[in-house]
Amino acid sequence: MEKFATVDADGLRARVEQLLAEHDPAGDRLAFLQARFDAGLAWVHYPPGLGGLGAPRELQSVVDDALAAAGAPDNDPRRIGIGLGMAAPTILVHGTDEQRRRWLRPLWTGEEVWCQLFSEPGAGSDLAALGTRAVREQDSWIVNGQKVWTSMAHEARWAILVTRTDPSVPKHAGMTYFACDMTAPGVEVRPLRQITGEAEFNEVFLTDVRIPDEYRLGDVGNGWRVAQTTLMNERVAIGGGAAPRESGTIAAVCRTWRERPELRTPAGHAELMRLWVEAEALRLTGLRLRQQLAVGAPGPEGSAAKLSYARLNQAVSGFELDLLGDEALRYDDWSTGTWATKRPAAVDFLARSPGYRYLRAKGNSIEGGTSEILRNIIAERVLGLPGEPRVDKDVPWKDLPK
Amino acid sequence: MNLLYSDVEEQLRASVRDLLAARAPLSGAVARAESDRPYEPALWTALARELGVAGLAVPESAGGHGGSWREVAVVAEELGRAVAATPFLGSTVLATAAATAVPSARELVGALAAGTSTAVLVVPLSTPPGSAFPGQVSFDGTHATGQVRSAADAAAADLLLVPAAGPAGPVLLSVEAGAARCEPVTSLDLTRPLSNVHLDAAAGSVVAEGDGAVRALEAALLAGAVVLASEQVGLAEHGLDSTVAYLKERYQFGRQIGSFQALKHRCADLWANLAQARAVARYAAACLADGTADGAADAPVAAALAQAYCSPLAVTAAEECIQLHGGIGFTWEHPAHLYLKRAKADSIAFGGAARHHARLGELVGLPA
Ligand SMILES: Cc1cc2nc3c(=O)[nH]c(=O)nc-3n(C[C@H](O)[C@H](O)[C@H](O)COP(=O)(O)OP(=O)(O)OC[C@H]3O[C@@H](n4cnc5c(N)ncnc54)[C@H](O)[C@@H]3O)c2cc1C
Repeated sequence: MEKFATVDADGLRARVEQLLAEHDPAGDRLAFLQARFDAGLAWVHYPPGLGGLGAPRELQSVVDDALAAAGAPDNDPRRIGIGLGMAAPTILVHGTDEQRRRWLRPLWTGEEVWCQLFSEPGAGSDLAALGTRAVREQDSWIVNGQKVWTSMAHEARWAILVTRTDPSVPKHAGMTYFACDMTAPGVEVRPLRQITGEAEFNEVFLTDVRIPDEYRLGDVGNGWRVAQTTLMNERVAIGGGAAPRESGTIAAVCRTWRERPELRTPAGHAELMRLWVEAEALRLTGLRLRQQLAVGAPGPEGSAAKLSYARLNQAVSGFELDLLGDEALRYDDWSTGTWATKRPAAVDFLARSPGYRYLRAKGNSIEGGTSEILRNIIAERVLGLPGEPRVDKDVPWKDLPK
Repeated sequence: MNLLYSDVEEQLRASVRDLLAARAPLSGAVARAESDRPYEPALWTALARELGVAGLAVPESAGGHGGSWREVAVVAEELGRAVAATPFLGSTVLATAAATAVPSARELVGALAAGTSTAVLVVPLSTPPGSAFPGQVSFDGTHATGQVRSAADAAAADLLLVPAAGPAGPVLLSVEAGAARCEPVTSLDLTRPLSNVHLDAAAGSVVAEGDGAVRALEAALLAGAVVLASEQVGLAEHGLDSTVAYLKERYQFGRQIGSFQALKHRCADLWANLAQARAVARYAAACLADGTADGAADAPVAAALAQAYCSPLAVTAAEECIQLHGGIGFTWEHPAHLYLKRAKADSIAFGGAARHHARLGELVGLPA
């Protein structure tokens, strides 16, 4: 706490003033973002020199609010969510000084988008089963394998990548974690069309991709522990977010209810109010979570929030179709030309059709760890219930059934 | 709006918990519930006077401890966790909130805060906030006549606060308990006994009248609904904790039953919902504590929200507790049934989920 003492809300406001005085917020977007990063106003809780000031995390909103009020551009956090939420905290904790300096600035400004090369056709929930091989060759690693469901790989400049470097030890022990240059020869990204019709995620084939050893994050064989940092932050990133009452999917439903009295039924009202209550409960839980974070005592409620969010978003979007009846039979766009090749990084969910919201919500209980896996984690790590029987714990990875 | 617990609140929680463990241990809960003395006066005196919980929400200038409804809510959590039988809800919450809303009732507020008097609001426990002013009791200027069914905590009270129809509109009366007849009814919830209160030309004095009486009643019901949500959080928390403990100690099929995923997932869901219930209950308590600021304006929404979320959750937690304890959970000897009875009764107190949904709909502009 000591080191925070000098950077308080007033101090931050003064620094924002100075930034605005020296850099035109209406001028070049990237130049402004770079200046903001260099002023330590990107993510204030990061260390000085890396876009922060070592300030308490909750003071970020002081900066964001002041800059938004001045009409300054933001770094479009939705477009670069994987980088901000997962790659950055992992680089911060496990990276070398050189790596942090190389990657964090363009990551934050959005010049370089990151994706997450974790899942494989044979390793989803059981991430530690993955088989993408990395073999050392002097100062480099030669990587071969296939990743799947990689969101935004088609936009990404870099990836966080977990590989197998030692197949002869049990699965958790033989992994190594890298940053992968997505423009390197041998990286092939194939869009994967999904339930909504669009291609938001991809298959990624890695064929003799050469990754210099300087891109390794953490020690050889320590990849599982590094991946844990990523996954913990993934859950926090998904669960967090400050929002006013009635935001998100519930907003669309409430608007329809208010504007379209002819759609109202008593049963519909009961369901609407039940969902409204759930949405508000989730929102207040998020608020409480952020308050815990702010006093430095993050609770495990982040995983509760992800679980509840998935359930709620699915229920609300399903209800929205029920409410609309006839209209819900239509969809906005299945066209392969635009959506199937590439999804734009940030989608305005409320601008798309209710059917889109309904279908996309089905991913909420799968992406970032399924709801079942999350329940296992809560039951074991939070409630202390016994673990699942582990048949593969002491078996070398190469001998596991695949 | 701060939804965390302060250090002071945590200290208060610890003192209440210690006192309950010493004076009302769970091991004796079933025996206490079936004794013919549902309230242990010594326990209430210790809580109200020694720990000062009766005066928590009352300003020091009025003889209280100058805390807030946030602390009252923390005490309610602990009383719920222990299914303790005390007139806390009736006296410290309902009667105190009603009296505090009446500027001329300082003396009464002081007596309640000091724990020298225990009062109760004579309305059916199921009366929701936002209800019309009740008319079961009529008042002729000096005497009150009528009956009120299913009032909570009346058996422990020496003073009754009775909403009544007076000659010129609503009045809130104070009636000595001795002047009324409290007929105990057999209650579903063994730890919060109900009474039918009969007033047969009972001498009563006016505490508030007209709008003042209406405001006092509404303040009481709102506080009741808000604080009850925290009691429900405490009840639910006990349900989950005791279930998790049992799942670790019981073996079937050669395994701790807690290693079966079907059970782990149910506990995980309960835990996740409990985290939400706590946020909701804390928000409601914070709004109530906010007095005149933003929170107060949102208090009716927060109260309905808290009841709509926390009541079914407490019932689910108590039901899961019984189911996952198997046969032993169905026995009279195991305290699980006390929690189920309290949780189910609580879910009807101050109006059920349907009433709260309807009211929320009105309050936030989503009409039926
Ligand atoms: C929209 C979307 C975006 C994604 N983006 C990315 C990305 O950017 N990068 C990336 O690496 N991955 C990404 N994924 C992949 C995602 O992480 C995996 O799909 C997920 O971890 C589940 O793995 P799986 O699909 O192999 O399912 P499986 O693991 O095969 O699971 C199938 C079913 O079995 C259940 N199950 C499995 N194991 C257990 C168990 N032990 N106990 C109980 N139930 C179990 C699961 O819950 C599920 O219901 C994305 C997925 C989606 C849907």
